[in-house]
Parts: sequence; structure tokens; C-alpha cells
Amino acid sequence: MNAQPTVQEVTPDIRKDIQIALLHTMLRVRKFEEKAQELFLNNKIPGFAHVSIGQEAVAAGVCLSLSEGDYITSTHRGHGHCIAKGMEFPRMFAELMGKRTGYCRGKGGSMHVADFSRGVLGANGIVGGGIPIATGAALSAQIQKNDSVVACFFGDGAMAQGAFHESLNVAALWKLPVIYVCENNLYGEWTHYTRQHSIPDLSQRALAYGIPGQRVDGMDALAIYRAATQAIARARGGEGPTLLECVTFRYFGHYIGDPHPGRTDHEIENAKLRDPIDHLRQALLASGALTDRELALFELGLGNEIADAVAFAEQSDDPEPESAFEDLFV
Amino acid sequence: MKRISYTQAVTEALQEEMRRDPKVVIWGEDTAGAGGAFHMTPGFADEFGTNRVRDTPIAENIIVGLAVGAAMTGLRPIAELMFADFFGCAMDQVMNQMAKARYMFGGQITLPITVRAASGAGTRAAAQHSQSLHSWFMNLPGLKVVVPSTPADVKGLLKSSIRDNNPVLFFEHKALFNIKDQVPVGEYSIPLGVADVKRQGTDVTIVAVQQMVYRALEAAEILAERGISAEVIDPRTLVPLDRETIVNSIKKTRRLVVVDECNLTSGAQNEIIALAVERAFDYLDAPPRRLGVPDVPFAQSPVLEDYILPKSGQIVSAVQEIIR
Repeated sequence: MNAQPTVQEVTPDIRKDIQIALLHTMLRVRKFEEKAQELFLNNKIPGFAHVSIGQEAVAAGVCLSLSEGDYITSTHRGHGHCIAKGMEFPRMFAELMGKRTGYCRGKGGSMHVADFSRGVLGANGIVGGGIPIATGAALSAQIQKNDSVVACFFGDGAMAQGAFHESLNVAALWKLPVIYVCENNLYGEWTHYTRQHSIPDLSQRALAYGIPGQRVDGMDALAIYRAATQAIARARGGEGPTLLECVTFRYFGHYIGDPHPGRTDHEIENAKLRDPIDHLRQALLASGALTDRELALFELGLGNEIADAVAFAEQSDDPEPESAFEDLFV
Repeated sequence: MKRISYTQAVTEALQEEMRRDPKVVIWGEDTAGAGGAFHMTPGFADEFGTNRVRDTPIAENIIVGLAVGAAMTGLRPIAELMFADFFGCAMDQVMNQMAKARYMFGGQITLPITVRAASGAGTRAAAQHSQSLHSWFMNLPGLKVVVPSTPADVKGLLKSSIRDNNPVLFFEHKALFNIKDQVPVGEYSIPLGVADVKRQGTDVTIVAVQQMVYRALEAAEILAERGISAEVIDPRTLVPLDRETIVNSIKKTRRLVVVDECNLTSGAQNEIIALAVERAFDYLDAPPRRLGVPDVPFAQSPVLEDYILPKSGQIVSAVQEIIR
């Protein structure tokens, strides 16, 4: 697999404040997930959870291209999408820990976290399960003529689901305001995507629906921001959906604690050489857009924010057992 | 009152609710251009426009998925699956998304969705177009399950289903489409969760669903000629189930026969038998009896289909076996 897209230099077409926001967002996602890993391995998070460390550029690049009234659907590996769309650490950690102060009152956990007030229509435990929902939200925007766009995140694995085909066919047919963002991290669970798909370039599937498809360097937040901005403008303009395939890599296993035995150290270390955070940080520091001191202050503040959020979550109460019977029917 | 068919009653309910609330939208296979596969949305595209009335591809998972996404973002969708058998193609969106979204997300949203599908046997449609699958969804928390039998009920219950802020699966029975009966003139609705006593009686309670309501009423006529007074209860909705009406009837008659078109193993019949055993055991003078479709699929041959579908004579026999 030729998954070695070249890292692009910082280009002047994206405003400096946006480039800094992309870096900050990626750092927020990574620090959140590093803490989530630690909490999970210390038995503070029940069940199982999946982290996207290495893939942060996709969440940041797409979500920062969206407006406030826009929606996203996310996946089982969805912390990054949620944080990049504005969800806050304390209630995120609380939800992961199953606490009553969590976004879903402890009923969702990592795989079903959602915040409808911020347009996050839910992470999803079913591979491809969010794709029809995103398409429905886009239909709703079209019917209500409210100018909203939906960004639909899914992994390479989901593109083999029938739900993907049913959704893209209808979205293309009706020119719905949605962008389909495939985070191709090269592995569907533990099996390389080229052993699950009949073609190596998944963005070519767009041809079947008569919509634009673009393969983007998923380790480059600026490239993703640029592609997503264009696709979102197209969707908002009534021209219909776009398929973006962001080729990226997850540094850790399928779920927290999974060693993912099929991959070599060389493959992982090679991917880390293209780390999306390191790359943008170096470029911004080199160009003078960001100083070491500014970055250090940001990271200090972020560390404190995470510590406070974890404390909030840990000190929060468990749900009342009887609340198991709440929230089913209205 | 006025006399209209079951399908005309469906059309009136849909039309009235779409006129009443601009957030109500409807889509499915042939819903717009053809006016519905069963001609229940004739002229809807003209009256409400193709923004609110849409023809979808033949792809049931997205038909339901569109409704989930649309309901999450402010609409009140009605999704048409044509045949209930096609739930098989839509199941992830039905069971893992629509049924669970409100609960999983801690009550952040409501999902005012009505999924309509034609169910039931008696039309010689064979194994993949004849099933009554409502019992599946009784075992899936988060969905309401509606099974109307008469034109008046189908109209009143459909209006309530569309107005309900929860996902509702609304089963329209194919063998009843052309049945005509009296329907109130003007605005009315029937609340979900209220059974209807279709015939009063004192000697035995017959709980029957959809097409079986008519067969139970035929059986009650025959039994009356033989001096047995049967009460026929139509639950009308299985989730929520009007347990009180059923239990009170059993306490009065002291005998129970349940008849439904589900296959017998784990069919809806069993939930009602369990209700009798748990809440009215001491009142029962005889073991409850259940009638349903034996555990085989429907065949195309009319001889084979009729052989396995419960008939009024079998209901009579079942009653007489427990009243000696």
C-alpha cells in the first residue's frame, strides 16, 4: 500500500489564526485521549473505548471548516470529532466513566457520546450506522432550507457496508448538503483495508455516484481543512455531496489496551514520523506565527483543563440505579 | 359517521396530519409519483410538494435512516416500508439506531417517527410478503407497536402515531385494506395503549389482533348460537399494551383464548398468556389457549396458506375445549 502522501508545507491560503486553531484542536484531542487511555488502564473507564491518536488532523480539519449550525455524525472512534465540534472535557470524561454528569447521563459511554446542542448527532457503535443518519439530517436541512451542512465521519471499514451505498446513492440523487469523510487508518479492526476492499483508492467509489471524490493526506490538517472547506461550500451551495478519503494512521490498537499484533514497529514508527501535530507545530513555530512561549502557555492551560475535567468526572456521582428506566419513551 | 375503507382511512389520517403540521414529511418506495404502492398517498405530491413527499430508491435501511436523521433535526417523518417483511433490510436503523437513540443519548432528543408497513397473510403472497412480525418489536424496547383492525381504528391510531414523540411501528394489514366500515366524521384520534372491547361477553375472553379480530367475532357469533358468551378484545397497540383491560376481562370471564398471526413460538400470543398467568392465575377456570401460525413460513398455494392461518372454527373449538 502506497500510504505515504507527502507532507505539505504551510501555505499562506489558510489564515494564521485558523492554522493555530487547528493545532490547538489537535492538541486538545490528543491530550484528552492520552488521559482517557490512562484512566481506562487504571480501571476508571468501564467497558471498552477506542482512541484516534494519530488521526487528529481529520477531526480538526473537518470540524473547523463547519459552522455552528452544522451537524456531524461520528463513530466508535469519535472522541476527536466531538471535541473538535466543541464538546467539553468535563462532561466527556464523565460520560466515559459512566457518571450522571456525563453528556448522556452515563447511558452512552465512549461509543454513544452526543451533544445535540452542538450538532453532534452521536458517536455510533455500529460500523456505518451513522451514515444513513447523517444523510437524513442533510435531507432535513434541505427540506427545512436552513442552510445547515452535515459532515459524516466513518472509517475505511464502513465503506464495505450496504448503508454506505444506500446513503451515497440517495444523497447524490437529491444533492443533499452532506460531506462524507472516510478516515482511512488502513485497518478495519486488525485487517488491512486492501484485504477488505476491491480497489486500493477508496475515494474512487465516488465515481459510482457521480460525485467528486478526493484522496487527502490524512496526516495534514491544512490539506484536510482545504478539502473540507471546498466540499462544505459545494454542499451548502446546493451542489450535493463529496467523498473525502483521508489517509491516516492510528498509533494504537483497535481499542484501548489492544496491542494490534498484525502491525510492525517499523510501520508504526514510520507513521509517527508524519505526525500531524508535530508537523504543524514545527511549521507554525518556524514561520513565527506561534512562539515557543505561546505554545507552552497553551499546553499548560490545556493540562490544567484536563486535570480539572478529570477531577470533575471522578467526583461526580454514579447515576441513580432507577434512572435505568428513564429516557426510553417521552 | 361515514362509511370508508381501511385504505381510505389511512389516506385521510396522513392527509389531515400533513395539513395540520408542516413538519410532517413522508417518503418511501412509490410514495410520490405513483401515489403509493397501495395507493394510500394519491395526489400527495401535488398537494404537499415533492419536498415533503418523496419517492425513495428501493433501499429500506436508508428509508428508515433518513427518518432517524430527520427526526433528530426537527422533522416529524413518516417512512413507508411497503411490506413489513422488508424490515429485514432495515434492521440496523430500526433496532440499533431508532429504537435506542433517545435512551443512549440520555434523553437529549425525541424521535417522532412513524414507520408504516403492510403486514399479514391471506393475499397468497407467499413467504416474503405475508409475515406478521410485530412480536419481534415487542422484544425491542424503544418502539411502539400499533396493529389496527378497523377503518375507524386505523385512522384514529395513525393520527396519534404521527403526533407521538416516540418511534412508532405502524402495521397495516393487507387482508383488511378493502374492508369498509363506519368512521367518525371530523377530527378525532385514538390514544395508543387503549384496547377496544369489540364484543362484550361473560364466558370467555378472546384476545385477537388485526385480521384475527374478524375471525374471533365470527367465532363469537357461532358460540352465541351455542349459548356461550364470548368477549372479544382487540388490543389495538401491543406496545404499549393495555394490560388492565385484558386482565379485568379475564377476571370476569375466567377463561382466555388468544389468537394472532404471529408464528406460535415467541409470538405476541405468549405475552398475553403470560399476563394471564402472572396477574389472573387464581381467576382462571381452565388453562389459557393460544392460536397462531404454526412454525413454518407461508406458502404461495392458497390451500397451504389457508391451512396454517387460524380460522373461526378453530377459535370455536378452542373455546369449547376450555368450557366443558
